[in-house]
This record gives sequence, structure tokens and C-alpha cells, in this order.
Amino acid sequence: MAVDTASLDGAAVGTRNQESYLTHGRGILSWLFTLDHKRIGVMYLVAITASFFLGGVFALLVRTELLTSGPTIMTADAYNKMFTLHGAVMIFLFIIPGIPAAIGNFVLPLMLGAKDVALPRLNLTSFWFWMIGAVFALVSIIVGAVDTGWTFYTPYSTTTGTAVISMTLGVFILGFSSIFTGLNFIVTIHKMRPEGMTWFRMPLFLWGLYSTAIIQVLATPILGITLLLLVAERALGVGIFDPTLGGDPVLFQHFFWFYSHPAVYIMILPAMGVISELVSVFSGKHIFGYKFIAWSSIAIALLSFLVWGHHMFTSGQSGITNMIFSALTFSVAIPSAVKVFNWLATMYKGSIRLATPMLYVLSFLFLFAIGGLTGLFLGALSTDIHLHDTYFVVAHFHYVMFGGTVIAFLGGLHYWWPKMFGRMYSEKWGQVSALLIFVGFNLTFFTQFVMGSHGMPRRYYNYVEEFTTLHQASSVGSYVLALGFFIMAGYLIHSLFRGRPAPNNPWGSATLEWETTSPPQYNNFDHEFLAGDPYDLNSLRYDKATQGWVRKDPQSIILAEGGAH
Amino acid sequence: MISTGLQLLVAAITASLPDDDGSSFWMPPQVSTVAQGVDWLFNFILAISVFFFLLIVVAMVIFVIKYRHREGQDAEQSPSHNMALELTWTGIPMILVVVIFIFGFKGFLDMSTAPSNAYEILVEGQKWNWSFTYPNGYIDSDLHVPVDRPIRLVMGSQDVIHSLYIPAFRVKMDVVPGRYSKAWFEATKPGEYDLFCAEYCGTSHSDMIAHVIVHPVGEFETWLEKASNFLETMTPVDAGRKLFQVRGCQQCHSVDGSAKTGPTLLGVFSRQQNFADGSTITIDENYIRQSILEPQARVVAGYEPVMPTYQGRLSDPEIMAIIEYFKSLDGASSEE
Repeated sequence: MAVDTASLDGAAVGTRNQESYLTHGRGILSWLFTLDHKRIGVMYLVAITASFFLGGVFALLVRTELLTSGPTIMTADAYNKMFTLHGAVMIFLFIIPGIPAAIGNFVLPLMLGAKDVALPRLNLTSFWFWMIGAVFALVSIIVGAVDTGWTFYTPYSTTTGTAVISMTLGVFILGFSSIFTGLNFIVTIHKMRPEGMTWFRMPLFLWGLYSTAIIQVLATPILGITLLLLVAERALGVGIFDPTLGGDPVLFQHFFWFYSHPAVYIMILPAMGVISELVSVFSGKHIFGYKFIAWSSIAIALLSFLVWGHHMFTSGQSGITNMIFSALTFSVAIPSAVKVFNWLATMYKGSIRLATPMLYVLSFLFLFAIGGLTGLFLGALSTDIHLHDTYFVVAHFHYVMFGGTVIAFLGGLHYWWPKMFGRMYSEKWGQVSALLIFVGFNLTFFTQFVMGSHGMPRRYYNYVEEFTTLHQASSVGSYVLALGFFIMAGYLIHSLFRGRPAPNNPWGSATLEWETTSPPQYNNFDHEFLAGDPYDLNSLRYDKATQGWVRKDPQSIILAEGGAH
Repeated sequence: MISTGLQLLVAAITASLPDDDGSSFWMPPQVSTVAQGVDWLFNFILAISVFFFLLIVVAMVIFVIKYRHREGQDAEQSPSHNMALELTWTGIPMILVVVIFIFGFKGFLDMSTAPSNAYEILVEGQKWNWSFTYPNGYIDSDLHVPVDRPIRLVMGSQDVIHSLYIPAFRVKMDVVPGRYSKAWFEATKPGEYDLFCAEYCGTSHSDMIAHVIVHPVGEFETWLEKASNFLETMTPVDAGRKLFQVRGCQQCHSVDGSAKTGPTLLGVFSRQQNFADGSTITIDENYIRQSILEPQARVVAGYEPVMPTYQGRLSDPEIMAIIEYFKSLDGASSEE
């Protein structure tokens, strides 16, 4: 658009602002240097999807190697790099930024009825830091990869010959990206809520993002400084963790988990927020126990800082320390349980529609229940001694991280997809792939619980013969899982070109992001809002002509001209 | 639906009931005094978990069927909040986790307090083998113990963190460089059991497997005496082979000509060898002795300087035996 902006009259500016954000500005640079939260969200979505694909390929290689107990397709050293890269890519590049940076960036300002986040330039900086961090991680993979496990435990990580420094610097930079996003969301939620949206009238997804942001801002600096200390030890020989230099290797574990345990909640809290939105909309009913769900997010965020020692029950830390961490660990189980019961109560007496996003909600409840309950075995001291560092732990955190976070991410993606791109996807294929992912996931990981409780240690290239059948079943499960994802990629890409144009509000949701066009216009909204109850679904009715939902009284949520600011 | 749920519940409980050796669908055989207690708590938590899992899933399935959306019919009016109900489902899990915590902590106290009369064995982890030192100074790569007697392990690491894990005993403890960690157990049944390294330690982490041999009453002492005298009772070549196998050498050196982390020892004696520093010598007794005690002094070209020193860990007669064994590896005699 080679139009001199100064010569545009007001009306033309208006039209331009009402243009879809996807067509407002063309060319790659208009994306890379955009300040529009929607475009940054979409770029994050593309970036994390690519990371998920990469991490998934590593996972399939790991599972294929484990088809037989001896060497199958690679050497032990290659295998050690594969599981390290799978973990590092999935955690630092995909799942931590996943829901907040991709879906959150797109949805948060729209849910507030706002034009953008409070600090759009910081938002773009966050994305660029993610890109730079990802480049460091890729360079590390290319120059020899890392074989430390994603946990970088010392003194192994300070003595191995692989590219640890570039990977840890990559993670250090990714940390800034995470901090910037968190900071931005905190400021935006504090300062930009519309008239009428008190704290306890916020959509629960925003409570999820808000509690996540608190952890991102408070915990990530600890990881940053820990990794810098690691680099200092490796590059300069400063003795901090290496006992031969006078350091303490267990200190690293304390520092690492002081971030990485709260980071688990960076991953799951936004997922819980997504489920809270979806379960209400697809049950056609107000969310049950709003305040309990909101407070439980904050409770999880705060308690998450006090439980890191449960990763170290066998590290040799004192019995008293073990006791305290075990007790505190159980406290964090309660708010999660409360949420699950509230979601179920929301479905009670509802009008439940089994659209693809709702299938992911059901899948989430099933898998997260298992993930959460198996945490009890690991929080209890005597059973954890046996189960620690076995496949039981691997299965547990995949049930929480994949069965919880990734499934909720997929639910959210299918829910907001029509808003993001203005197209509906094939419902039939959506259901097929959701089913395949559910079956494949359980086959892959339930088998691992059984292996683990029988004593199969994690991160093993070879294994004793008795585990062969279960390992093979698990590998077959991972192929089914992969098939589910390929089908998903197929119908989602197809929908972008051939999908039915989406109505503004295809699901009957009462939150504000559905008040704009699909896809949203560049400036999001033409007016300011007087927000009401975000779960008052009775304020909507189905409109057959557009195959979408409309407000019974559109004026009720519009802030009158000259209203309070 | 409810009856299917009950059947599943029964099936899950039956599957976790122990067989004669204490093993079940979920757990390996129980071979230590603490195993039964650990498994009891495991099954207790399992019962709670299966109950809540079925509660959640059955409720979910019933709601989906019963309250499935029908054309032209909205959700029924029902309250969106009920303080009493919500406090109940906050309170009940809270009580249950407190109970689980207390059982877990009690079990842990038993597992972490060794009886004062325990028989002590020193454990050393290194990449990638275990050495067990008995009170008389004898070192073995497997853990031999008498049945029905408390054993206390005092453990250290030569290099990175390892973790000693014996699933049949439900025992696990990290082995950390720069400090000693302790573990104890009392085996209840003679037999042979796996001992794994549970903390990732590099290339051959998954091969860092030893065996625990639990000897019947009275047989441990005989075994120890016989094993300890191997330098006297065996020929130097056989004694050298035994040392080579149990002291971690074979983790990195082959005797069949293939290259592992270190060079092969097939035909090592009298070999013309190039070194990383560019020099060349003919390998003799002195070079082998130096390589064992100061491995980094002369590193064979093409290999990393990663071998740990055996200074103070092998006696002179032992080094002599190893040298004799290497001499026998000339490729002419058949040696696997």
C-alpha cells in the first residue's frame, strides 16, 4: 500500500482499521516488525508449532530406538542427545511459551475489549528474543548437540564434551522472552480492563495467564542466573557446582528446580484457564464456582515456589528437608483437585455439545486426572524413593504436560482457530484426530507407568529383556499419536484455504473476543465496552442466517459515548 | 455404567494384590524388609486414585450422555456456586493427602535409619561401573550380601552423580562426588537381583548394571573368603582377567580388537603405538603401569583423555596380574 498516510482522511483511516489484521499491511516485514498483538500471537503460533514438530521428531526417534533392548537405529551417544533435545526443545521452545505467548497474545487484549497489550514494543521484543534464543539452541544442535538431559545436572554438564554453552545461553535468552511476556500481561490486566470488568468478572483464562505471569516474572531470573553460573564454571573454571573445584553439585539441583518446578505451573495454569473457558461454553452453562477456580490459580502460583525439593528426595538432602517438601507438595494438589470438581459441576445439568474443542476438554479431564493422581505416589516419601527417576515419573509428567497442557492447547487452538483465521475446520476430521491422539497418548504413556513401578530407570538406551513388550507397545502408541497430529495439520491447513468462513461467534461464548469480526479487524473493536458477566451465556441467541451466535441486546455491553475512563 | 466401574475397580485391586514372591501387576518381587511397607502405601494410594479417577470419569460420561445438547433446548437453570459443596470437595482431598503424607513419612523414616549392627560395604560409582568394597578390603563389581542381615552402604562417586537403585529392595540413593551418601537394606530371600544406575551419567548409563547376589545363611562368609584370596589361588593371567572384569576396565576397553571409549587391548603388548603428543613407543610393562596410575600422561592418538586414575585403588600385585593378563592377549590364544 503505497499511500501516504498523511493524506488519508479520517474515513479512509477508519476503513483501513476495519480491515482484517491478516491483510492490513503486506509482506514479510509487515509481520516481523508488527506491533499488533494478533500478528505477534500468530508468529508465535507458527514458531512454537515448528518447535513442537522438531521435538516430536526427536521423540519418535527415541521411541524407535527403544523398539529393541540393544542398538536399534542409533548409538548410545546419539540416543542421549535425542532425549536431551526432545526435552529441551519441547520445554523451552514449545510448552513454556505455548499457551501464553501464542494463544494468550492473540486472545488476552481481545478478551479485555482492548486495542492491544499495554506494551506492544516489549511484546515484539519478546518474540525477537524467542527467535534469538531458538537460533542459539539450533546452533547448539548443529555443532554437536547436548547430551546432558534437559535438566543440565552438574557435574555431568560441566564436564561433557557437547555444546552445553550455546544451549544454556539459548535457554537464558528464551527466559527473557518469557519474562517480557509475563510482565506485559501483568501490566495489561491491571491497567486495561474495560469498564465493568472487576477482578472477579475477568474471564478465567485471564486469571490463568495472570498467575502464570507472576511465576514467569519471579522465577525465570533464577534459571537465568543459574545457567550463567553453569556457563561461568564451564568456560572460566569458577568452582560453584563442581566438587573438584570446591563446588557443590546438589546446589545446582536446588537452583534449577527453584525455577523449574514453578515452570511446571507456567505450563499448566494457562491450560487450566483454557479448560475453564471451554467447559462453560460447550456445556452451555455458567462456570461453576468461579471464585474457587480463580483463587486456586493464585494459590497454585504461590505454593509452586515452595515445593522444588520434591525433585530431590534421593539426592541426599536431609530427612527433615524431605519431610517439609513432601508436606508442602501435597498442599499444591488441593487447588488442582478443586478445579477438576468445579469443571465437572459446570457440566452438570448443562447442554453439552461435543464439538472438537469439547472433546479435548473431556480428554483433558481423563488424562489430567491420571496425571494429577499419580503425583500422589511421587509426593509420598517412601513410594517416591522407589519410583524416582523411573519411567513412572516420565509417564506422570507426560500425563500432566501432554495430557494436560498440550491437550488444553489443542482444545484452545480449535476453539479460537475460527477467530484467528476466520475459517471453520472440518469437524469430522477434528474428531478423528482428537480420538487418535487420545488413544495413541494412552498407549504410549500408560505402559510407562507399569514399566516404571517395576523399576525401569529413565534415560536408558539399553534395557533388561523383561521390559521389551511394554516398550514396543509404547513405541507403537507414539506412532498412532504422530498420525493424529499429521491429520490435524492436514485439516487445519486445508481450512485456511477451503474452510467455511467463520461467523463472529461460532460457539456461543459471552467473552468479548467474540464481539469482533472473524478474523478480527486491525484495531480490534470500534467502540469501548461495558463488560458484564463473562459466563452469562443466556445473553446470546443462535442466529441461523450466519450460523453463529449474536447478543440478544447488543447495546448492553457497549460503553455509552463519553462514559467513564 | 456404575457396574462397569465397579468391575474395573475390582480388577485394578486384584491386579495389585501380590503373588507369592510379592510381585504384582504394578510391582517387582519384594525382597527387602521395607518392600512390603512401600507396596502397601503404593496400593493404598492406588485405591484412592482409582476411586477418584472413576468418580471423575464416570460423572463425566454420565453428564455427557444425560445432558447432551438437544436442538432448541438450553441448559437447565442450576446454581453456579455452592459454598458447602465446594468446601467439602476442598476438605476431603485435604484430609486424604495428610494421611498419605504421614504414611509416606513413616515409611521413609524406616527406610533411612539403618540398624546399628548393620554390616558395612563401601560403594563407589564411576562411569560406568560399580565397585563394592567389603570390610576385609576385597573389591567386587557385584554386590554380594548375606540374607536376613542389615547391610549399610556408604557410597561415593569418582566422577559425576550416579544413583544406586535396587528395584526388588525398593532402595534408591544418589551417589554424589565430593560427599558420602548412605543407604541400607535387609534382604529377605536368597537370589540374584538387578542393581541399576538411576541418575543419568552419560554414554553407557544404561549398561551401568550390577547384580545383587543374596547368599543363603552361612554361605556369604565362605564366598567372601574364597573370592578375597584370588591373587593366591588363581594364576596371574586369570587373576588379571578377573580384575579387568570387575574393576571397570572392560567398560571402555575391548579384548577383541574393537574400539570402545578407549583402545582395544588385543595384542597390546609389544605394539608400536602413536600418541596424541606425536611420540611413538613400543608398549611394555612400564607403559601399562603408567597408564593405569597416570592415565593422562600419554594418551593414545585418536582417543579422549577421559580415563580415571587407579592410583591407590590397585595394589602392585594386582597391577602385575593385569599386565600378565594383557600379555596373554596376543591374538593367538582364543580369548573372548
